[in-house]
Amino acid sequence: MSLRIVVCVKYVPDATGDRHFAEDLTVDRDDVDGLLSELDEYAVEQALQIADEADDAEITVLTVGPEDAKDALRKALSMGAHKAVHVEDDDLHGTDALGTSLVLAKAVEHVGYDLVISGMASTDGGMGVVPAMLAERLGVPQVTLLSEVAVADGKVTGRRDGDAASEQLEASLPAVVSVTDQSGEARYPSFKGIMAAKKKPVESLDLSDLGLEAEEVGLEGAWTKVDEANERPARTAGTVVKDEGEGGKQLAEFLAGQKFI
Amino acid sequence: MAEVLVYVDHVDGAVRKPTLELLTLARRIGEPVAVHLGAGADAAARTLAEYGAVKVLTADAPEFADYLVVPKVDALQAAFEAVSPAAVLVPSSAEGKEIAARLAVRIGSGIITDAVDLEAGAEGPVATQSVFAASYSTKSRVTKGTPVITVKPNSAAPEAAPAAGTVEQLAVSFGSASTGTKVVSRTPRESTGRPELTEAAIVVSGGRGVNGSENFSLIEGLADSLGAAVGASRAAVDAGWYPHTNQVGQTGKSVSPQLYIAAGISGAIQHRAGMQTSKTIVAINKDAEAPIFDLVDYGVVGDLFEVVPQLTEEVKSRKG
Repeated sequence: MSLRIVVCVKYVPDATGDRHFAEDLTVDRDDVDGLLSELDEYAVEQALQIADEADDAEITVLTVGPEDAKDALRKALSMGAHKAVHVEDDDLHGTDALGTSLVLAKAVEHVGYDLVISGMASTDGGMGVVPAMLAERLGVPQVTLLSEVAVADGKVTGRRDGDAASEQLEASLPAVVSVTDQSGEARYPSFKGIMAAKKKPVESLDLSDLGLEAEEVGLEGAWTKVDEANERPARTAGTVVKDEGEGGKQLAEFLAGQKFI
Repeated sequence: MAEVLVYVDHVDGAVRKPTLELLTLARRIGEPVAVHLGAGADAAARTLAEYGAVKVLTADAPEFADYLVVPKVDALQAAFEAVSPAAVLVPSSAEGKEIAARLAVRIGSGIITDAVDLEAGAEGPVATQSVFAASYSTKSRVTKGTPVITVKPNSAAPEAAPAAGTVEQLAVSFGSASTGTKVVSRTPRESTGRPELTEAAIVVSGGRGVNGSENFSLIEGLADSLGAAVGASRAAVDAGWYPHTNQVGQTGKSVSPQLYIAAGISGAIQHRAGMQTSKTIVAINKDAEAPIFDLVDYGVVGDLFEVVPQLTEEVKSRKG
């Protein structure tokens, strides 16, 4: 039987750009270019490697986001995912992590899955909570923050490197997996892959397709509210000296003055 | 006064510093009730009481170690139902955030992660967060359910405030999901004897300029002279010079020490995201144009192989 893999990805503002908040204190997505979150590229890569090992596997890449988020889907398709699902709805604007996990859970169930894979966190919000929330909502095991992952005989196994210990984990499918940037370098799309991606199907879904109401998501439905967003004042320029042979001693003098020594 | 649940991060009853910070912050919004899971509750209770816990709810079961995350969520939920708190505070570790995330879904409450400060507000606790590589500071609150908030290490100075700290057994029934992910084996990380990276008051990090794993001993030497933790940039980690667990940056650890020393690190946005909230920033780099110098309180343009050993010697001699 075919192994159905769904990779959840996010379209995020480029971190090297000048990121801002919009007037409603959501992330301003008009002012800065977006792209497929780098951390989700690792998830696409692991999905491709798992699919290579399986007899028969189908990879669906899934995102929730505005029209431009299709760019993230195209990138994943050009890397080798088979098809894409785009959840897009004006009412989704301002959806928080709980809402996102709700929409993803409904969409993953709509697609059908044996394995859900995502990156460890987005590179914009960076909360790192959606994979755990998704597992909770789907009622399946969470096998998260893996630096190594493998699927065989209806089981997913992997290594989770924590602060205090490195753990070997095992769960039965279906399951939700998240991978870290240590899981393996993501491949670059080939020219052939980029051309093939243009012909791959992208299914569009809105809230009603998922049986969700507008009040359950978006800024209105959010479980949290940002009341203030203030740009930090730029750090005042510090002292920079050129080492003329006494640089280490000068630095020690500074540290002593600050009571660090 | 409203009760506030505080999830205790500990190693066999030795309470870690971020939990003491949480107790300190919790007292701003209510009476802290600590939730201690696993062994060592009696030892932990003494510390927790010293820092303000009016009560310590405790449970121990093999499930906490044998399965991933979910048994702890079951226990925290049991505590939540027993207490009906005004808020739930959890340390912002990788596991802490996952526990908080699942609890938030279960109790239908909003969640705020990686708070760097917390205060009481007219409509519930207000959390300060540092976002977009610390270029913005936001104030947020939970608008539905009971606020679940994870707090980053070094967000407050722990203040002693002796309280009763009465230990009570917590009854936990584990749901079917709790045994979903088995921990097949666990290899403890070898202790370096240095402070934990995210909790350290001083962090010394090395980057591309360190140029080889063998040269990281220079960084370690400076760190040890200052009693600091050792960090590494992604470039140094990707090159295999230092373990990933020490990586500072967007895909590694986010640190906020009193003093951050960057040696041979240019200061790419991904690195800055992980250290920009450090109180005092110092850099040593050959390249005068490196973006890290835009952030520093004190910078030395120079060869780290000259500057770092001289600094280490000077620190040692001044400390006697």
